[in-house]
Amino acid sequence: MVEMLSPLAPVWRPGPHGDLSAGIGVVMSETQPGSIVQLAAWPGETAGMLAAIDGHTGLSLPDIPGGGVSTETKAAFGFAPGKFLVVDEAEGLAESLSEAIPASLGTVTDLSHGRTALRLAGPKAEWVLAKFFAVDFSLPVFPVGKAVSTGHHDIFALIQRTAPDAFDLYIYRSYARAFWTALGHACEEVGYEVR
Amino acid sequence: MLITCPYCGPRDVSEYSYQGDANRRRPDPASTDQAAWNAYVYDRVNTAGDHKEYWQHSAGCRVHLAVTRNTLTHKISSVAIARDVVVAERKEAAQ
Ligand SMILES: [Zn+2]
Repeated sequence: MVEMLSPLAPVWRPGPHGDLSAGIGVVMSETQPGSIVQLAAWPGETAGMLAAIDGHTGLSLPDIPGGGVSTETKAAFGFAPGKFLVVDEAEGLAESLSEAIPASLGTVTDLSHGRTALRLAGPKAEWVLAKFFAVDFSLPVFPVGKAVSTGHHDIFALIQRTAPDAFDLYIYRSYARAFWTALGHACEEVGYEVR
Repeated sequence: MLITCPYCGPRDVSEYSYQGDANRRRPDPASTDQAAWNAYVYDRVNTAGDHKEYWQHSAGCRVHLAVTRNTLTHKISSVAIARDVVVAERKEAAQ
């Protein structure tokens, strides 16, 4: 297995930062999943694609906009009509999904090396994200599992809520360092820890 | 201005890209009717009021939308996925 290199390495500063007077509001981390795969169903084949995701990963996604599921080791969600992101801690998901999904159903694109996965967790995670994105992150309308496609100053972001106080963000790898740095600045006033 | 994407929900206009007047219809690509092509490229109804136009949710789900926007007030009275609208129109035309 090839050792994974992080685009965040030059700016990676583990430990507590910012205003810690009220404790640590946010924990920032990089999850480094082994597989990030995009699936796109042809028009009319969404149900078949959802069944294929369920059959292959055991993740049963609700067929609603942004519907998703996350577990300790895997996650999947819809981010556009007929389009899904599937994430696995293990490598090799793109290869096995390519075998499981026939060309008549849709396409499989391996983005494992094209996206950087960040996790924002803690009591102020929702509050910090609300500063960055014009999206309602409150729990009743943005429940655990749900995801959105949005952007912060032209940096595209896919965001999935993985717990009541935790979000996973998928950022284009080449923008990830700039985005991570900006996110750190946004977290300063609530105190944050990089780990 | 907010546009309510049928998939993503209400989002700021900065997430969208304008994709042009949705009233015009592209001539058959094989057509050599110069008047038809001229009209397609240059003629606009320049509506003061409800206007049909295409927008792409470029910083979101990236779907193309068929939007009716009032050019006097920016009030958006309808949004649909453009593909669904075009498919329905073609079905209707074929009947
Ligand atoms: Zn959208």
